[in-house]
Amino acid sequence: MSTRLKPEEKKLKVVGTRPLRPDGVPKVTGIARYGADYSAPGMLWGRILRSPHAHARIRSIDTSKAQALPGVKAVMTSADLPEQKFEYVGPERVAVNFWHMTRNIMAREKVFYEGHAVAAVAAISKSTAEEALRLIEVDYEVLPHVIDVEEAMRPDAPLLFEDMITRGIDPAPDRPSNISKRLEFKIGDLDAGFAAADEIVEASLKTAPVHQGYLEPQACLARFDPDGQAEVWASSQGHFVIRALTAKLLGMEMGNLRVHPAEIGGGFGGKNVPYVEPVALALSRKTGHPVKIVMSREEVFKACGPAPGSSMTVRIGVRKDGKIVAADGVFKFQAGAFPGSPVMNACMCAFAPYDIPNVRSVGYDVVCNRPKTAAYRAPGSPVSAYAVESVVDMAAARIGMDPLQFRLQNIARPGTPTVWGPKHTHEGFTETIQALMKHPGYRAPLGRNQGRGVASGYWFNNGGESSAAVHVNEDGTVVVATGSADLSGTRASLAMMAAETLGIDYDKVRPIVADTASIGYGHLAAGSRTTFATGIAVVEACKKVIDNLRARAAMIWDVSAEDVIWEDGCARPAGGSKGRFEPLSLKAIAAKRGVTGGPIVAEVSVNAGGVAPGFATELCDVEVDPETGQVKVLRFVAAQDVGRAIHPSYVEGQIQGGAAQGIGWALNEEYIYDEAGRLTNAGFLDYRVPVASDLPRIETVLVEVPNPNHPFGVKGVGEANIVPSLAAVSNAVSHAIGRRMTELPMSPPKILKALSSER
Amino acid sequence: MAKHHVTATVNGDVVEFLCETRQSLLDVLRDELNLTGTKEGCGTGDCGACSVTIDGRLMCSCLVLGVEAEGKAIQTIEGMAAGKDLHPLQRQFLEHAALQCGICTPGILIAARSLLERNPDPTEDEVRYWLAGNLCRCTGYHKIVDAVLDAAREMRRP
Repeated sequence: MSTRLKPEEKKLKVVGTRPLRPDGVPKVTGIARYGADYSAPGMLWGRILRSPHAHARIRSIDTSKAQALPGVKAVMTSADLPEQKFEYVGPERVAVNFWHMTRNIMAREKVFYEGHAVAAVAAISKSTAEEALRLIEVDYEVLPHVIDVEEAMRPDAPLLFEDMITRGIDPAPDRPSNISKRLEFKIGDLDAGFAAADEIVEASLKTAPVHQGYLEPQACLARFDPDGQAEVWASSQGHFVIRALTAKLLGMEMGNLRVHPAEIGGGFGGKNVPYVEPVALALSRKTGHPVKIVMSREEVFKACGPAPGSSMTVRIGVRKDGKIVAADGVFKFQAGAFPGSPVMNACMCAFAPYDIPNVRSVGYDVVCNRPKTAAYRAPGSPVSAYAVESVVDMAAARIGMDPLQFRLQNIARPGTPTVWGPKHTHEGFTETIQALMKHPGYRAPLGRNQGRGVASGYWFNNGGESSAAVHVNEDGTVVVATGSADLSGTRASLAMMAAETLGIDYDKVRPIVADTASIGYGHLAAGSRTTFATGIAVVEACKKVIDNLRARAAMIWDVSAEDVIWEDGCARPAGGSKGRFEPLSLKAIAAKRGVTGGPIVAEVSVNAGGVAPGFATELCDVEVDPETGQVKVLRFVAAQDVGRAIHPSYVEGQIQGGAAQGIGWALNEEYIYDEAGRLTNAGFLDYRVPVASDLPRIETVLVEVPNPNHPFGVKGVGEANIVPSLAAVSNAVSHAIGRRMTELPMSPPKILKALSSER
Repeated sequence: MAKHHVTATVNGDVVEFLCETRQSLLDVLRDELNLTGTKEGCGTGDCGACSVTIDGRLMCSCLVLGVEAEGKAIQTIEGMAAGKDLHPLQRQFLEHAALQCGICTPGILIAARSLLERNPDPTEDEVRYWLAGNLCRCTGYHKIVDAVLDAAREMRRP
């Protein structure tokens, strides 16, 4: 069941309906081409050799035997990629250091994790490439390794980088460590805040690293021609970003690289950066042949960023009347082998749902011998929300208040300051809590061994750079081209907004994802930004087309353009000309394009601001089997403020998918290492993502408080849904067993251990 | 190493191919027969993205060798629609928005058809357990289950 809480709205014909997605048929017939589905004449197969050690110095690599194997066309190592400058570039929250990135693509001095790429081959068949890998001789000096974040922070921990001095501490430490960065956000007076509290509740919590678990392994086809021109067919969340990073890593000009967007088989943040593209292109550069690389699932788990594990402590001071007066959180995140965990997001989002006068968030970004972490759905926020929402739940219980009422009473509203400075400016948080309070599930009776948990969560959402081109075809149909990868139905939402704006039928609009040479820059399909930011570009381009159509109607009628309005897909005479002419449809004007100025086209690029955050509140009922420690999720209800649902079915799908991933994160999923620092569960048998029989129906409540900064009120829907779900499940389990759970995943052994402890 | 010559029926057509001893049926379908609708998600039989039927039996094609296809009848996603007409499952998946990225969709459609051939009137639980071998990371399965139930309803109509 899905509920929509609808705002007052002007009459919309297309937005808010549920048409079929335009890219649907090829996806149900097997015709759609994903990353691994592209081939080219003369193509070679690329394979990557990976480190068997968690931490080792590379003394030497001998590729001669592999090179000599018949059918092998090239072997590459890091020597085939240019050295990069050591500097952090871009905004702090998403800063990139190419010195690190090139070493993650292909190890140089050291390998930093099991699965770290050390060399690659291109050969005439998969099996030849595989055989060649076994002939590459790497001489390693194995070094002590460190996996756990707390252990990595100890002064005597093995160092990944002998010269890493923690950033963000003044004065700078005089000794190197694995702590890449410390950061702190603070408002108010923490001591005074806690002194004013009647109760202080504190907990220390841990989460395991989890993988995004996209079903499509990283894959690409790359071709580098002798004249320096190159093309890549990539499955990614942003082919423009793949172009920029791949060109940088290969030391080539962006203008010489054209990246085509393959269909993408899931990303969730994990396909924001290249892994195979620079390697395939470097191999193609060496051989003069197209090279295809398709990762195995084991490679995906071992080498493509999971989300970080964490160790956290949260303390909340509350008055008996239910007011939170102080909150303090310390968030230690595993960055993996190179700096750059989303701990800054975690610190910013942690207490963002609430109006708390005295708050501090402290974060640590810590390197350890695991794959470099990558973004995963609202990166950072679900982890810190798990800690904060657990302690909020404990605080509500301590003062004997209903947990939703407690949240409602402390909720941030427009004008509430955030820890990072600006004040909140959007409504919508309150409404998600109220929606659940009214939901019948919230009052439904619970049985033996059952428990109910609730939690709320905040996510920034994103705007940024997007481009859209609208072409009116000769017969009045329309092409909408954007540079935004479609992970989940955004071609439908963009076509719907175009149809609505132009006043034509949805099936007259053909949306496409254009390659990097065919449209202006489009940033990643990430941060829940596509329907928001690219949507603005599409609507602006449609408006430009409408102005053009009005001018042409005015020319045909020989009146002033001001005397022509656009309504229901037609130019109509207005003002002084009202009633003098029959309306001219888009189709009729398109037919006269030749005599009114030629093709009718508009392209618009934006850097979209006016982002409104996402907010979700979720309810989870579980039953715990006291014999086995197994947790069954009985009910899950997710209320999310979506601004406005352009295509409600796909919005529901986003929420259901986010909740399902959150349930997996809470109950099953984790990276498990052996003593040697090797990942022992790099496959879907042992790394268990939720299957259909693990989950209940996931009920959605679409709260629609429109964003005034978007033509249709869109806020972005992809990520806020996962933020509360870890804590909602944990709170439910904690209530079911009468003991506070403080570590994810809550796998059966952990539940049994908790059950054997004191209440 | 000499390749093997194999003759099989794929989606009703007799095909011949050469394959290496260790080449999986999945690799043969994708790399030799250019039927890329069958997807590789894991290569170890854990995700169901490569589901096909072999002589009517649902299998992960990554766990079958190409040489084992000799004399067998294989059905892949490319053979699911009857010419221009989508199978009711394909249509219901579109109606229900039961796919997001779509990479698991071919395997799930093949698996669901296999269920409905055996059990034309499954319960929600039966659908969930039958599809437990097919991973989907996008949808949370909710709309997939609804689409399968509605397709079953449609197919039961006389």
